[in-house]
Amino acid sequence: MIENPVIVTKKHKETKDSEPRLVIKPEFFDSDPVVRDYRMRSWDLFNSLPIPTDKDEDWRRTSLKEIKFDQFKLLDQITKNQVRIPAQLSEPMADQKHGGQVLLTPWESTLHLDPEIEASGVVFEDIKQAARLHPQILQVMLEKILKSRTNKFSSLAGALDIIGVLLYVPKNVQVKAPLQSVYWVPTGGYVHALHVLVYLEEGASVTYVHESSSPTGVAEASLHTGIMELYVGEGAHLNFVELQSWGKNVINFMRENVTIEKNGGIDWVFGALGSKITKNYSDLNLVGEGSTGKMSGFYFTDGQQHLDHDTQQNHLAPNTTSDLLFKGALLEKSRSVWQGMIYVAPNASKTDGYQSNRNLVLSKDARADSIPGLEILTDDVKCSHGATVGKIDQDQIFYLQSRGLQREVAESLIVEGFFDPIMQRIPFEGVKTRFQNAMKEKMEHIA
Amino acid sequence: MSELSIKGLHVNVEQKEILKGLTLSVAQGQVHAIMGPNGTGKSTLAYTLMGHPRYTVTEGEVTFKGRNLLDLSTDERSRLGLFLAFQYPVSIPGVTVANFLRTAVNARRKAQNPGDRGIPIPEFRKLLREKMDMLKMDSAFAGRYLNEGFSGGEKKRAEVLQMAILQPEIAILDETDSGLDIDALRIVSEGVNLLREQNVGVLLITHYQRMLNYIKPDVVHVMMGGTIVESGGADLALHLEEHGYDWIREKYENGIISG
Repeated sequence: MIENPVIVTKKHKETKDSEPRLVIKPEFFDSDPVVRDYRMRSWDLFNSLPIPTDKDEDWRRTSLKEIKFDQFKLLDQITKNQVRIPAQLSEPMADQKHGGQVLLTPWESTLHLDPEIEASGVVFEDIKQAARLHPQILQVMLEKILKSRTNKFSSLAGALDIIGVLLYVPKNVQVKAPLQSVYWVPTGGYVHALHVLVYLEEGASVTYVHESSSPTGVAEASLHTGIMELYVGEGAHLNFVELQSWGKNVINFMRENVTIEKNGGIDWVFGALGSKITKNYSDLNLVGEGSTGKMSGFYFTDGQQHLDHDTQQNHLAPNTTSDLLFKGALLEKSRSVWQGMIYVAPNASKTDGYQSNRNLVLSKDARADSIPGLEILTDDVKCSHGATVGKIDQDQIFYLQSRGLQREVAESLIVEGFFDPIMQRIPFEGVKTRFQNAMKEKMEHIA
Repeated sequence: MSELSIKGLHVNVEQKEILKGLTLSVAQGQVHAIMGPNGTGKSTLAYTLMGHPRYTVTEGEVTFKGRNLLDLSTDERSRLGLFLAFQYPVSIPGVTVANFLRTAVNARRKAQNPGDRGIPIPEFRKLLREKMDMLKMDSAFAGRYLNEGFSGGEKKRAEVLQMAILQPEIAILDETDSGLDIDALRIVSEGVNLLREQNVGVLLITHYQRMLNYIKPDVVHVMMGGTIVESGGADLALHLEEHGYDWIREKYENGIISG
């Protein structure tokens, strides 16, 4: 009799662990062998990996327990919904008229590329189209994905029907006009995946803005799992802006991996506004001597949102430089986690690495966790980090109110000021405006 | 004619009584100086009038333009025409002087007319340039973050700039002279005098008489122990400068004993 309760407890635990199973069975009918092979290998990997639990260090602060994975179904290819992407999403965010645009939904894509840019050999297209027209480039990128850090959900992304964008810029081609892609998912209930693949050959440069988005008013939950694989060749430079404005019903898993060759560089801007739960891995790999990476992130949460960003700055060659600044503000009962690591390999002398995460908690029920980390395996490096979680100072509010600003205007102004260092790092007015509008909307909503 | 009228004001800070029945009236266009030793409640008076939540009024009344000031929130008091130049202005990182001032101007316009779309940018720029010229401020100042890394003198000048833009009817200057060198003191005082010509009433809180060399007060009050114990003309300040506060302290304490 005494031992019985012990057995019951264990059984209870077991059912909990086995609860969130995905009940999907992808089919691999792709006509392109490169894609089919990639998907099948990813599916095998997915099945071999356990669902993470809160015993895994990465997942300690982001629980999957509440997610009912069995509610998500595979994208239905028969219901080819006619979808209209909201006009504001397709407006240029990088100030100039874009040189190319890919508009994607789970069912269709609209492509546009300036003929001059196309003539220079630039590929900017839907992945399914790329599989037919540029299988070699696609294969290189898919191999890179399988070789880099994968996890349960990134392998799931690889196994699902392939949707996404491929951008390829040939050697020494400088694309002046910015390129833009939008992924819009109008309905709930699905598990779906997006791939964003970028390959810059030696000496190439481009500005690329991507946004993933869905409507806020959809009741049914969705599971999105995304992969971004970016390769910046020797002396090449990528300006990359990614915005996440998922609806509040979306569970979002992202795995992003950037590789920078000798003297190459990335200016990476990262904005997160939406989703119910996000777990986002961003890895910067400085593999070539003299390569640089600048990562600028902002997030602004409200309601019950839970956003978890895991960043890794890997210095794998000498004379490499990384500079990360992530800033977030939190309203209502929302939560954020930032976990960062600067890794300096034994051969990466004269590394200059910096990471900073600043949080402004605007409600007593909100919570921000900020966990910086350094792992330095060589001497002669310059590395530092800073992490803060703070509240609005009431004396600041009083000061601004004494100038006639209503309390909520004062708070908005302080929040705006808090994000200003990030806005200064974004070279595009359109991106700033999008974020500032979203910020105002969130602040007004609670006022 | 706007008047700030304080009657029998008692104020507590964290259960401790600091102001003990203070009575004072300041009319538009007048300059009243309040002097007195440290810890007599001069800054408490300034913060209380502006409505800082740390200060609790336990007794007395304050009216301004016929309204009960104590019923109004800090921002309402400001929009009604009251201004406080802080002794220690806080910094607002990431918010430029220009952005802040434009927001403050627009808050006033919007309160008056909810449909207002804000001051047109060229009009605001002109206003800002004009007031900055008046205070001999470099135009780059407008682009700096508010009070962030400002020197003592820059902070005080920024306070007077805000006052010049917001055009209050009554302004409280809380030790605006502290931390100013003689040139800065002159410029700031000239700015205050210009506003006075535009019929602003000033309640000038100071330790020293030196600012009163530049801003001639109509009335000088001496505060001690949380109340005003002596009032007089401009010569009272000079007398204090020469003889200190001891004679008042004696008179005041004797007065209490005999009263």
